[in-house]
Amino acid sequence: MDTTGAEPVRRRPLRAALLLAAATVVTVGLVAIVNDLARPRIEANERAQRVAQLAEVLGGTSYDNDLLQDVVTVRDAERLGTDEPLPVYRARQAGRPVAAILTAVAPDGYAGSIRMLVGIGADGRLLGVRVVAHRETPGLGDAIDERKSTWIDGFKGRSIGDPVLERWQVRKDGGDFDQFTGATVTPRAVVRAVLNALTYFEANRATLLAARPG
Amino acid sequence: MAARDIFRNGLDAQNPALVQLLGLCPLLAVSSSAGSALGLGLATLTVLVTSNLIASVLGRWLLPEIRLAVFVLTIAGAVTAVELSMAAWWPGLHDSLGIFLPLIVTNCLVLARAEAFASRQPIRAALLDALAMGLGFLLVLLALGSAREFLGRGSIGADLGLLLGGDASGSGIRVFAAAHGFLLALLPPGAFVLLGLMLAARNWRRQEKASATPGTLTTPGRATS
Repeated sequence: MDTTGAEPVRRRPLRAALLLAAATVVTVGLVAIVNDLARPRIEANERAQRVAQLAEVLGGTSYDNDLLQDVVTVRDAERLGTDEPLPVYRARQAGRPVAAILTAVAPDGYAGSIRMLVGIGADGRLLGVRVVAHRETPGLGDAIDERKSTWIDGFKGRSIGDPVLERWQVRKDGGDFDQFTGATVTPRAVVRAVLNALTYFEANRATLLAARPG
Repeated sequence: MAARDIFRNGLDAQNPALVQLLGLCPLLAVSSSAGSALGLGLATLTVLVTSNLIASVLGRWLLPEIRLAVFVLTIAGAVTAVELSMAAWWPGLHDSLGIFLPLIVTNCLVLARAEAFASRQPIRAALLDALAMGLGFLLVLLALGSAREFLGRGSIGADLGLLLGGDASGSGIRVFAAAHGFLLALLPPGAFVLLGLMLAARNWRRQEKASATPGTLTTPGRATS
């Protein structure tokens, strides 16, 4: 194993440093090549995923514009759950607005905030809700994720008067929405955030649908 | 070392999860379903094969002072490459493994095999060792994942579809409704309990064998992080 033999002691560190540098260059180079090969696909995946996600919360409503281009940025800490600026995507059919997709945050999840997309038709009915980012307990609170359960589809077709305001809660609190076995905090936070998003939409419907992108 | 012995070591006698108790953090965290368990097992296997190969090729002429540093570097590189490829070609699986994919870097199993075995062995033995150890780890991970998924959610292999690039729904067999599942099995304590039972079953079997053939000593589990 020892190939250094009679090498002068003081040259050893230099050789070690050069070897380490060479190994670094080769490794970083290989990672860079893989990155170059994978990057376009990763970006395409992310874009496709975003478009698919947006289309999903529209629940089959037909539209003919590019959702990712037709965006306004809004900010409402109280009803959208965060004071950061959030995008609102608009779906149009022949130039006429048919739906808006709000990004809403439930700040009071069991493990931090839950980020979701809320699709609302021009008539104020929910077209679909999807959770896009959360850290809820796997197997318990993560049933809000449509890959884990169909609970989130229960919002479809609801609106601010359906059910009436005091029943916009989980069953445990006397409302119309199911909670999960072992997890009430998570669905409670989601129900509240969806209602808040609806309220926000009602209050700003005209501006949200009409405003020019930007 | 004969190929047979290498495989026996990896799968049983020196099983990374059940005997060496290496890599327990991802083992316990990702084993909540068969799909993600298999995904992480395969990713770990890929990294092990790469790192053992590199360790075996470089091991004999790297200076001892920097050997460990170079291994850590190449392992990190291999893990990054696996992670990027997974994000590009299996995005669903990549999402479900989350942080535990990059954390393969810190799985001591990988560095331990490179340093303690592969760097002193010919390439063939190093590769066989990576396959054996990786498979040993994968099988325990898969067993634990399947057991937890079955007990906790009443399904078998429900998210194996993630491995094929699809989404989680539609694949697998549902045995009973998820609502009747044994919740503890899905939570971290359940993972500990089930792994403990697996360890106990293995040690019990070893003891039975040892008492049947007097004169052989059992090697008890050696705990390392």
